[in-house]
Amino acid sequence: MRKKTSVASRYLPGLLTLVAAVVIWEVAVRAFEISPILLPSPVAVWNEFWRAPSFFLYNAGVTLTVTLVGFLLAVVFGILLAVVIVSSKTLERPVFSFLVALNSVPKVALAPLFVVWMGIGPEPKVAIAVMLAIFAIVIDTVLGLRSVDPDMINLAKVGRASKWQILTKVRLPCALPSIFAGLKVAISLALIGAIIGEFVGSSSGLGFAILTAQGQFDTPGLFVSLALLIAMGSLLFNLMEAIERFSIPWHTSVRSH
Amino acid sequence: MLDITKDDYIRVTNLDKRYGHADEALVLEGINLDVRKGEFVSILGPSGCGKSTLLKCIAGLEDISGGHVDTFGRPVAGPPEGLGMVFQRDMLLDWRTILDNVLFTVELKGKVSSEMRARAKAQLARFGLGGYEDKRPWELSGGMRQRASICRALLTDPDILLMDEPFGALDAMTRDDLNVEVARIWQETKKTVIFITHSISEAVFLSDRVVILDRHPGRIVEILDIDLPRPRELPLRETPEFGRYSSHIRQVFTKLGVFKDA
Repeated sequence: MRKKTSVASRYLPGLLTLVAAVVIWEVAVRAFEISPILLPSPVAVWNEFWRAPSFFLYNAGVTLTVTLVGFLLAVVFGILLAVVIVSSKTLERPVFSFLVALNSVPKVALAPLFVVWMGIGPEPKVAIAVMLAIFAIVIDTVLGLRSVDPDMINLAKVGRASKWQILTKVRLPCALPSIFAGLKVAISLALIGAIIGEFVGSSSGLGFAILTAQGQFDTPGLFVSLALLIAMGSLLFNLMEAIERFSIPWHTSVRSH
Repeated sequence: MLDITKDDYIRVTNLDKRYGHADEALVLEGINLDVRKGEFVSILGPSGCGKSTLLKCIAGLEDISGGHVDTFGRPVAGPPEGLGMVFQRDMLLDWRTILDNVLFTVELKGKVSSEMRARAKAQLARFGLGGYEDKRPWELSGGMRQRASICRALLTDPDILLMDEPFGALDAMTRDDLNVEVARIWQETKKTVIFITHSISEAVFLSDRVVILDRHPGRIVEILDIDLPRPRELPLRETPEFGRYSSHIRQVFTKLGVFKDA
């Protein structure tokens, strides 16, 4: 029988590590009397957050929205592209070459262009988040769709399954473990994409808050945004893992974990 | 002119199969084989003789390079209706319960009726898998998994059952057990079965006829009628008649150089 890992034993070691790091940080800042302009102590960062919690939370919400929208679009288009690549020999090379070319361009370099095209609203940030996240999803989904045992496909063919049935009932479920591997990488990349977008031109979001804080030598404020980014990134990643455990309880990677 | 009577369920005529175009890539050469309705035929050969490829050509899963393959009097173009297949590995889908796995091929044809569901349960019980309906494949042993996959192949009541080395990955005892099971199923249903194996005793034990293949390229060396009484049980394997068939086949393979010494 399978042993259920409790929530406490799953997350406790990570949390303890985090707490330890924060404590060491606080002690170090006090012991070496480091200037708050260079490295503010955790307590100073905490106080800075409570000076204007709504400002930070609002901007975090903006970044989170851009990240999630970008990620979801990347999931939809990434899986679609992967299916196209796997199903069509004619389209495989062109689509793949295009993706590789796109992925080779540093997104920071594209961000200004996107601002020219789409203005300083959320659109260019979402676009960059999509571009950063989609590649990992396509690569891992293609790998997953291709790694299906040929006899599994033969089984469906002998049952006279349609191409659609083979895709939905065999290929995609078989590919889910790989797809999730891609999604876990992609969710972090989407967040990075959102920040890159905000750096280039915006009036809200954590990227904007970081730039503003830097301009005012407000290092504690900068650290609040960083801390929020770390928290957001960790939460999103853990959320993906939870969805993975829920979706593919049958897979070895989940069962043995 | 070919005269395909109704009783010729499967007719393979001058079948060639090659990968690519070069002559050395010839996998099967000049295969001629007729299988009658209700017959149990084993295809026996060393690894690399193309026996699995031959089965896949009959199933319509592989294109052929020359000759003809007909099932039910019609040329094969893709898997025909009325075919069941069991593979080397059980090919159970990990995310489905055993019951849903067994119903997989039924589900491909449309909604699963409650009658079909009941039939699947009854059949699982007959295969010694009663009570395992809601288990997942990984909770079962290798032998039980392969039982479930045979159960799945039979649920649609196919006229032809193709078995591609189904017990190759199982331990000897489980294998004996399943051989008896297959013999019993055949006795009850009289399906037309083509059974791929590299085990001489398995082939002799199960079959009406054993087709012996040589390799590089795969071609038929001999088709041997097995005239042993049915129903067959394991003690049959200790009889002198059984031994004569086995040693005859062994001699054929020795002559072909499959076995190093006699």
